[in-house]
Parts: sequence; structure tokens; C-alpha cells
Amino acid sequence: MMHTTASSHLTLPTVRAKMSAHLSYGRVNLNILREAARKELREFLDKCAGSKAIVWDEYLTGPFGLIAQYSLLKEHEVEKMFTLKGGRLPAADVKNIIFFVRPRLELMDIIAENVISEDKMHSPRDFHILFVPRRSMLCEQRLKEQGVLGSLINIDEYILDLIPYDGDLLSMESEGAFRECYLESDQTSLYHTAKGLMTLQALYGTIPQIFGKGECARHVANMMLRMKREFAGSQTQILPVFDSLLLLDRNIDLLTPLATQLTYEGLIDEVYGITNGYVKLPPEKFAAQKKQVEVGKDLPTEPKKMQLNSAEELYAEIRDKNFNAIGAALSKKAKIISAAFEERHNAKTVGEIKQFVSQLPHMQAARSSLANHTSIAELIKDITTSEAFFDNLTVEQEFMTGVDTDKVNTYIEDCIAQKDPLIKILRLVCMQSVCNNGLKQKILDYYKREILQTYGYEHMLTLNNLEKTGLLKPQTSTRNNYPTIRKTLKLWMEDANEQNPNDISYVYSGYAPLSIRLTQVLARPGWRSIEEVLKMLPGPHFEERQQLPAGLHKKRQQGENRTTLVFFLGGVTYAEIAALRFLSQMEDGGTEYIIATTKLINGTSWIKSLMDRPEAP
Amino acid sequence: MAFITANWNPLGEAFYRKIELYEMGWSLRDGLKDCLVAAAPYGGPIALLRQPQRPSSSARPQLEIYSSSGTNMASFPWKSGPVRQLGWTVCDDLLCIQEDGTVLIYDLFGAFKRHFSMGNEVVQNQMLEAKVFHSPYGTGVAIVTGASRFTLATNIDDLKLRRLPEVPGLQGAPSCWAVLTQDRQTKVLLANGADLYILDNTSCTPVTPPGLSPQACSIVNMAVSFSYKYLALFTDSGHLWMGSANLKDKLSEVDTKVRTPPKQMVWCRRPKSQQPSVVIMWDRLLLVAGECTDTIQYTLDEESVCVAELDGVRIVGGSRHELLQEVPSACQDIFKIASMAPGALLLEAHKEYDKSSQKADEYLREIKEQSVLGEAVRQCVEAAGYEHEPETQKTLLRAASFGKCFLSNYPPEPFVSMCRDLKVLNAVRDYTVGIPLTHTQYKQMTVQVLIDRLVYRKLYPLAIEICRYLKTPEYQGVSRVLKHWACCAFCQTGVNFLDDMGPIMSGENQTLHSTVRTSYQRSMVTYLKNEMNRGDFFMTLRNQPVALSLYRQFCKHQEQDTLKDLFNQDDDHQELGNFYVKASYKEKKLEARLSLLQSAVDEYNKAKNEFAAKATEEEMKLLRFQRRLDEEKGEALLGLSLQETLHALLTSNFHKQAEQLYRDFRVPDKRYWWLKLTALAEKDDWEEMEKFAKSKKSPIGYLPFVEVCVKQHNKYEAKKYVSKVTPEQKVKAHLAIGDLEGAAEAAIDRRSEGEISTVLSRCSPTTDRALLERLNRARSTASKK
Repeated sequence: MMHTTASSHLTLPTVRAKMSAHLSYGRVNLNILREAARKELREFLDKCAGSKAIVWDEYLTGPFGLIAQYSLLKEHEVEKMFTLKGGRLPAADVKNIIFFVRPRLELMDIIAENVISEDKMHSPRDFHILFVPRRSMLCEQRLKEQGVLGSLINIDEYILDLIPYDGDLLSMESEGAFRECYLESDQTSLYHTAKGLMTLQALYGTIPQIFGKGECARHVANMMLRMKREFAGSQTQILPVFDSLLLLDRNIDLLTPLATQLTYEGLIDEVYGITNGYVKLPPEKFAAQKKQVEVGKDLPTEPKKMQLNSAEELYAEIRDKNFNAIGAALSKKAKIISAAFEERHNAKTVGEIKQFVSQLPHMQAARSSLANHTSIAELIKDITTSEAFFDNLTVEQEFMTGVDTDKVNTYIEDCIAQKDPLIKILRLVCMQSVCNNGLKQKILDYYKREILQTYGYEHMLTLNNLEKTGLLKPQTSTRNNYPTIRKTLKLWMEDANEQNPNDISYVYSGYAPLSIRLTQVLARPGWRSIEEVLKMLPGPHFEERQQLPAGLHKKRQQGENRTTLVFFLGGVTYAEIAALRFLSQMEDGGTEYIIATTKLINGTSWIKSLMDRPEAP
Repeated sequence: MAFITANWNPLGEAFYRKIELYEMGWSLRDGLKDCLVAAAPYGGPIALLRQPQRPSSSARPQLEIYSSSGTNMASFPWKSGPVRQLGWTVCDDLLCIQEDGTVLIYDLFGAFKRHFSMGNEVVQNQMLEAKVFHSPYGTGVAIVTGASRFTLATNIDDLKLRRLPEVPGLQGAPSCWAVLTQDRQTKVLLANGADLYILDNTSCTPVTPPGLSPQACSIVNMAVSFSYKYLALFTDSGHLWMGSANLKDKLSEVDTKVRTPPKQMVWCRRPKSQQPSVVIMWDRLLLVAGECTDTIQYTLDEESVCVAELDGVRIVGGSRHELLQEVPSACQDIFKIASMAPGALLLEAHKEYDKSSQKADEYLREIKEQSVLGEAVRQCVEAAGYEHEPETQKTLLRAASFGKCFLSNYPPEPFVSMCRDLKVLNAVRDYTVGIPLTHTQYKQMTVQVLIDRLVYRKLYPLAIEICRYLKTPEYQGVSRVLKHWACCAFCQTGVNFLDDMGPIMSGENQTLHSTVRTSYQRSMVTYLKNEMNRGDFFMTLRNQPVALSLYRQFCKHQEQDTLKDLFNQDDDHQELGNFYVKASYKEKKLEARLSLLQSAVDEYNKAKNEFAAKATEEEMKLLRFQRRLDEEKGEALLGLSLQETLHALLTSNFHKQAEQLYRDFRVPDKRYWWLKLTALAEKDDWEEMEKFAKSKKSPIGYLPFVEVCVKQHNKYEAKKYVSKVTPEQKVKAHLAIGDLEGAAEAAIDRRSEGEISTVLSRCSPTTDRALLERLNRARSTASKK
């Protein structure tokens, strides 16, 4: 029975202020966007008068959790929540049943099943559908064919394009975006991107400058410009918050996501996977914290679920550090906290004691946060110190520096022979291919054959997908331009300083992500200096200007930073985000970055999204 | 305001009024003379078939279509057979019924849509008369043939012809007839002289209307009300009989004192009418008759046609278009001279207020004393809905709004929605649009239908504005309009449409916007798919990359077979190959699976994808091998990968078969050694492993031997291989078996700083002190070098 309680869907902090406060801290107050989204949700819920039950397309619960917690729904008479599933709906004494779904045909069939079985029982309920993010004629057609369209009172759409994910981060949480754009040439998600950017401009003002690189970027920019033309007249009279927008196709930098991220947050994502801002961790390390007495008595078996965002002070401080700098950071923090607790001995007067006590909750929170992160760091350290991790990283770094990329790699061979996880193999082979601007046909075929014989012939479809997207390719020209790109953009820095970084390359302990280098160069000295390299990367690069209404031209103060929104079409990694944050904080950087993306990805989730697994009989 | 009642005529308790809707925009030389006319209800379009001026063999009649205000929408010479009757469907399509029983269907703009026939009998016997009627089932056609037989089609969109039974004694056409819908059945009521019959599917029943005056020898005209509830009969004695359509009750009978058979007779009721009434038209006279003996008479100065509406009768003439209706009671209450109804007082109060006269207060007091202010507001709002003149509407609404100020909790809804409705109505009544809907009709037909009508008339911008104004949900409103528009634009502009949508949108129609682009490309694709034959459809898609990929997505989820056809059409052999591979995994039976894979091989070959073809052949070879072994040895190998198969064979001691596979599939030596090594370790076959190690020089070296043994917790065996490991891997090997001393030895030997450090990191400062010192010393020498 899928009858799930509310809390299991939306495990969210109960204190509302805490939930969203971190969104307002940044340079751009992203809470405005979140509030706009919440308002729309409330309006829809109020359209369906009376008590309600929400039936969730499970995929949506994560993204929705970033917008609204259960308490908001409860305030609007949502009494029950279920997961969308065929057959009959679980019993619930409510007037309205609302389906929150993505516009997918297969989901329409399930809804039809639900509605028909309810109708058979003559239950006097009202049914509604909220499509996220867009309604679709095809889906409605399907509902009509199933004969239930008439039973649905409200059919609406909830335009959830850009979800505020953190103080400087927006994500569309659209898992399939890369696959759709680059494999299936389905540009729906680009349309949503353009719409999302229009919404953003409605709230934060027109962005005067648009830069871009790549086919999809061009497409999005075109759509934005067209939409703006069509909305001419209804222009917002808001002083622009963003100075420029940079649209980047993921396929201009296929290398970065393939590399293992080495920042703290990046590694958490690589090892455990962060979904919608939450991570599930093995519980053992966290058991001891609660009560010393109970240790060993009953170890928790449920994974520990933790929310990760900059609302947590310590996390905000360490998330973007290279993992090798985490130990020092944590122990420094430990000293500060215990010093703060020691303060109590110095508190003599009543006033001092009172002040100390008033700080206690904050200190206790800091202490438990420290304990949590120490545990996480320990878990990750076990992995990063393993031989396997080291060997893998060594090979990655060899590829990135251009060592023996034109030969069959022994390590990869051995990994295949020992049947290591397929995704690991694919990441490495793709990386070698990208760093060599394609593999010699013989080598490519050798790898493919090894993979098919070891993991099964069904993976031919996946290999085919990887070739279509350019992650794997046969070498067509004899000239490998990767070394040129690497040298011009300084993608490899020998002396990366992990503890006190002076360059973005610290996020991969030596490798500076190409995408971020492009961003950095754009800000200073400008792309004109790297014309040659830009031509080697796929797709056009361009610059567009959007006219501002008179009187809205910003007068920049002396020394005031520019704000740039960088939009990654097809996904971005935590390490890339860390690199951009590093650039924002650079004293003489002159630019602050807000990051937006279709989805937060890492090499594993990315490759996974491109895999085709035919179902076995 | 005083003259509002100027065009009111009393009839018994009620009043009737005739108001002008339009001065007709058409210029007809002879008015409606010699014209076959059909005007659709709900203010619909008007069709005229004009006979040629000089009847000659070459002259053709002219078919013309106009809006209710007389704006021309289409005009073309009629080239088909002689037309007997015109009629409109509920979807604003024009039906032209020919003498031979062929019905031709045209759209509002005179474009031919399709045709159908009313049966073979008509072809032989010719049709005498036809009627077009509307029922809940749609639009129907009824005809009577030269053989005096009736044929019915209840819904022309789902054509089922019903031939009704013979009427005894009937020759030629009946003196008059009508179509009725009763008890969910469509029937024909007809008069043959003084006899009245009801014809249904199976029988012909004579009926007698209760209380029909005996003077009559013949019933010469009959009319059924809009709702099919009431029936009116006109006799040659000049009597008008009114009653229920089931012929059970009589409502009244009036002697009109006119004995000429009328040209047209229609009911003139409104929901909640005070009395039943019928409008009868002769050449120069229009007469309204109700319950009382009095009648209202209007002189007609031109040839006209009556159109029955839900709440009145429209009279279309050569120069004018008028509406005749019973004055609704709300209007009577307010405007009747010397009325003291609350609404009338409120209107008066507001008038005085506008003049800044203190009388306003007196009137208001009077209303408030009777505590009927709410009622007064309600009356004014309601009456506003019935008034045609915007000025009168405004006056009434202002009065209502004024009255509302003195009420604390009067619900705003009725007032607001009336204002909205009127704004919409005034817009569509506008001369340029020409849909003279009344509020009652509008409510009955619903906004959705009104939007449809506007769409049929290609008035997209207005339709969209109305949707936006009424805040109609996007999919019922704007989206739907855009869809129609897109389909229409598509038909006009052809296949380039999908890519050209943007320019068309901003060029031709500025109210439309292309944010719908993607989703409408999607709907266009679906639309086309349903409308075109598959070959053309695919060809169309071929030039539309975006549309094509959308359609592929759709097929991937919905129509696998179509997907295949699509790839076929494109000669996309690579994708076809993939398609077969995918299909093969869904197949349970091995033979079927193999044959799908064979198809894949063929496609890959055509696609010149040698690798894929070969790999798929290999896959088939493996499947066959697995099946054979499963059958012979009772293994369960089917579906395993080659690697897994080899592993299974090696662990179950089928070494010969494993060797065979290894050779057949050209497994690289390295991988095969790994495989065999792990398999042997897993089943603790240490002896075999030793033999294997000695069989020839290991292509993977000997460190894996050490590691695999350790992994199986057999350090003893592992030790055997340490000595064989290459010098570079010695340290690793010693460490693997936990031999720190050996590792230290090897590291120092090799003078490698890195390796020494590795060993150092494994030493414990308490137990391995001596070793530590040694290593540290070695490291410093190594680093000095």
C-alpha cells in the first residue's frame, strides 16, 4: 500500500523562517521568486474549496519540497497525501482529490484508473489536476480518450520552471534535460528555460546583456528575445538586478562532469548523491550522537536524511572547500565552539549568564552541526583514502593532463576485467575520448567490445547514445585540439593550492573546469581574447543586448560588483558551483555570480540519464 | 427614458416590443424576393440562394452568406443541382438540400466540406419538401418525397437514414408538417386536410388536438416551439390553436379573422413567459396572438423571414433586422408607466441623485422603508441584461450600483458578472461582428460555444480578448482559440507553417504570441497526424526537425510501431537496428528474439555500422551457445553476459566449453586470465590455480594472484605468488599479505621515496619501532639523491 503519510513526502524543517531565510542572504534575494511560486500554489489550492487530498507524482515531491512544506498545504485544508499509483485511491474523507503530476501520458492512464474506480463507488468527490510545469494537449486528449476529462473540475498548470535551491542557486530540477536536448532533440526544456528566465526578468528586471555559447544557448536566447518582443508594452519597471546573463551549453564542456569532484559538497554528491537538497547517509556513524547509553543497543537501520544548504552556517563555510582542507576547517571550528562553551566559566554577572544562555541554542546547533559534518567527513575519508579511489583519480588526472590518451588504458582494462560498476567504466572511457578529441576507431571498438562482452550486449544502446551526444566518438581529424584548449584556458594548474586556493582549479585538485574558465574569461578580459578556442568548441557564441526602459539604467557605483546569472543548459556540478562562488568572493573579481541550471548533476547521474536499459523479459 | 415604452404593445397582461437590431449592410436589389433564405438561430449567419434575374438555361442562382448584420462572408454561383431547402447546423455549417436528396455541406465562408445523400428513393421520386431541425443529438434533416414518404436523419454527423411508415390516404405533400422531438424520439407531425397524424419509426397514428374549433376543414400551417414543448396549428377558418406538443392540453384558441394561409408561423415565447404566443406572418402583415382575443398587428413593408429564438422572434427583411419579444417582467416592473416596483423607484432615485435633487432621498427612503432595496438592485441588474441599448444598460447598472451603496452585505457577484456579460454581448452585437445575441440566449449557449462561433468566423483576436477578459481557463479559452487559429493558418500556409509560425504570429496577428510555439507545434503534430494520411504526414514531418523529434518522442511512449514506420520512411537504418534490438529484449521466446536480432543485424549492415552488426551477431551466437548448454547440461546461462557465462562455466568446471567461448569470441588474454583466476579462487581450487599460474607467463602479472588470494582470505596461497611479482609491484604485494618487513625490504631496495612513505604509513609507532627507524633513514637517503 502506497498510503504514505505527509511527512514521508515532504520532510521539511518545521520552522518556516529557517526554511527560506538562506534564500534572502545572497546578493539577489531569491526568496522573492519562492514567494511568487508559493502564492500561485495557494491560489490554486483555494480554487478547490473544501478539504483535499493530494495525489503526488512521486517525482514532484522533491522539487515541491523546495517551495512549500506540509504546513502550507495544511493551512489550505490539505488533509491527506498519497502517491500516484494505479487501481483505487486509498480511503480519505475529503471533498477534493487533486493530482499533482508531470504532463506524462503514462500518468494520465493512472489518473483515469483512479477516477474511474472512484466513480464506480459513487463517491461524491471533486477531481482536479495540476500539471507541473505545463499542461499538455496530448495529456488532455488522453484523458478524454479514457473518458474522464469530464470528471475533472479544475485542470491547471503550475509553472515551476526555476526553483530557488539556495541563496545563489536556481534549478529546474529537470532530470532529462540533457538527454532531451542533446540526444532526442526535444527542445521542450529549452522552452521552459526561456519561460523561466522571462519570469525571472519579470521579478528582477530586464537583463541588459545576454552572452552565450552553444546551440541550445542560442535557441534559448532567441526565444527570450522573441517573447520580449511579443510582450512589448507590458515591460516591468524594475531596476535590473542582473547585469548580464551567460547561457552555456553543457556540451561545450563535456569533460568537467566526468571528473570526480573534490570539494566537500561535490564528494558528498559523488559518493551518496544529493537529491533536491537532501542526502541519505549510512546511519551507523550518526547513531552515537544521540545518547551514549543506547549505542549498540539498536543501531538505526533507516538511512539518515539530512538537508544540505547554506542555511546551516558551518555547511555554508565548508561546502565549497577542497576535501583535503576539510579536516583543518572542522578542527578549527571545533576549537571555536568549545571555546564558546568555555565562556560560561567567565560569565559571572547575571547579565553575562543571561547573554550566555541566550546564545546556547545557537551554540548547540553549531555543535550538532559540527558533529554531523565530522561524521560525514569521516565517511568520505574512508573512501578517498582507499586505493581504488586513488587509482581512479590518478587515471583521471593523467587523461586531463593528456598522458597516454591515445592508448588503451590498462587501469580501465583491469576494471572491466574485474567487472567494476559500468558507470565508472563509462565515465573513464568517455573522459579519455573527450581528452583526446575522440578515440582511434580501433581503440574505441576495443573498449566497446570489452564493455559489451562483460556487461552484456544490451548496453550497445547506451554506447550508441553516448556516441550521439559526443561523449564517445571516433577520432575524425588527426589533430587533437584538447591540448590547445587546455593550454590556452589553463585548464591544468600544477600547483593547485587546496588549503588556501588562489585559482578555481582547486575544486578538482588541479583541473580548472572549462565552463567556469569561460565564465571567468568573459568577465575579464572578454571572449575576444580566446576567439580561437571558442571556435574549437561546438556551437555559436554570441552577445545580445536588451533595451531597458528609459530611466532604468543602472548607475554603477565606483567599485560596485557586477551581477551575472550563469545558466547551465544540461546540468552543472557542485564543483563548478564552488568554483563560481570562489570567483564571486575573489577580492578583485568584480563580478558576483548567481547560478541557474536545468539540473544539478554529477558524472554518475549524468551518464545514468543517458543509459538505455531495455527491460529483460 | 420616457420613450422606452414607446415600442411596447399590450397583449393581455403582457407587453410585446419590437426593436431594431441592425440596418442591414447588404444591398439586395429586390430584397428577399425570390430568395431561398435560411437564418440560423442564436443570431447566426444568414444564407440566401437568389434565383437569377432572367431565367435562362445558362444563368445560375447565386449563393450568398451573410452575418446577421448583413456583412457578406461568401458569395458564389450555384453550380450543383436545384436546391429545395437551406439550413444551418449547430456548428455554423450550411446545408443545401437538393431536389435529388443530396445534401451539400459548406462552411461559413462557402468552402465545400462534404456531401451525403438522403437515400435512393429520393433520387427516383424527387423530394418535395425538406426541413432542417436541431435536437440534443445534433442537426437533423427530414424530407418528404414525391411518393409521400418521409425520411429522417437525426444527426447528420452520424448519418442513419430512417424511412418512416406510409401515411394512409396521403398523396403528394401534406398540407403542413413539422418535426418533433419527444421522449428522446424524433417524430413527424403532419396534417392532411383536417386530419392530423404522428409518424414515428414504426407507426402512423391519427391524433386529435383537444378543443380544436370544428369550423376548420384543413390545418394549413403548424409551428413547434423552440423547446419542442408547444404546438400551434392554423386552420383554413383563420383559427389559431395553441397547445402542448403532446396534444394533451389546449392553451388557447384565437380567431385571427384572416383566412389566407400564412407564409410563416413561429412561436414567440421566452422562458417564464406570461402567456403563450405565436407570431404569424403574411405578405404584408405580422400578427402576434396570445391567450386573449386581442392581437397585435404590425404592417410589413418588405419581404421578411421570421427566425424563432429561445426568447423571441427575429424578423429579417431586406433593409432591417428586428427582434420581437415579450417584454421581460423585470423590464415591465421598472419601465411600466407609473410603476411603483422597487427597481422603478431605485431608477428614479438615481435619476434625482444625478440631478443633485433631494428627491433622491425620498425615493430611497420609500424603498428602504419597505426593505426592498436588495430586490430593487436585483431588478435593475436583471433588467439591464434584457436591454439592447448600451445607454439603457448603463443607466440601469448605475442605478443598481447606486442602490448597492446603501446595502451592507449585498453579494457583488451578480452585478459583476452582469457587467462582464454585457461587455461581451455588446462586443459581439457590434455591427462588424453581427451576432445579435440576447442575454438569455448567451447564458443558454455558454461562453464556450460563443467562443467557438467566433472561431468559426475567424474572429480570433476578439475570441482571445473575450477569453482573457472573462479569465476563461487557458485550455478552454486562449489555447483552444489558438489551436483553431493554428489549424486554419496551417491549412492556408501549408507545410512550412511549423517553422514559420513565429513570423505569421507577429505579422498577421498581434494579439497572438508565440509562447505557445512549442506546445502548439506539439498539437499541430497531433492534429496533422489525425488529419493526414500517414505517408503524407511523414513526408511533411521530414522537413520539420523540431516537429519530427517531438513526434518521435510521442511515438516512443505511445506508438512503437509508428516509430518503426517513421524510421523506415527516413531510411534511418541505425535507428531501425536499435528499434529491433529493443524489441528483442521484450520478447520472451528465444526464436523470436533471435529473428529480431537478425533484423537488427541487417539494418546495422545497411547503416554501414559494422561494429554494431558484428556485436549483434556475437550476441546471437552467445544466445545460441547458452541455449545449447542449458539444454545439454541443465545450466541456467541464458541472458548472462559473455563474462558472466564464462565465469559460470569456469566455476562449474566446464573448462572445455569456457576455452571454446574464449577462442570463439576472441576474449583478450588479459581478461580471460582475470576471469579464470577469480573463478578458481572463488571455488578454492588452489591447486588448479598454481597450475594455471605456471601454464605460461601471466599477461596480467602476478600481483592479481596475490590480491585475489588475499581477497579469498588465503594468505598462505597468496605468499606463493609474491616472489613472482615484478619489482615495481613488490611493495604492494608484500603489503597485501600483511608482510611489513618484506614490504620495507622491497621499498628500501628500490630506494623509492614514495613507496617508503607508503610502507611507513602502515607502520605502527609502538610495535614497529625498529622498522620505522630503518625506513626513515632510508627515506632521507632516498630524498637526498
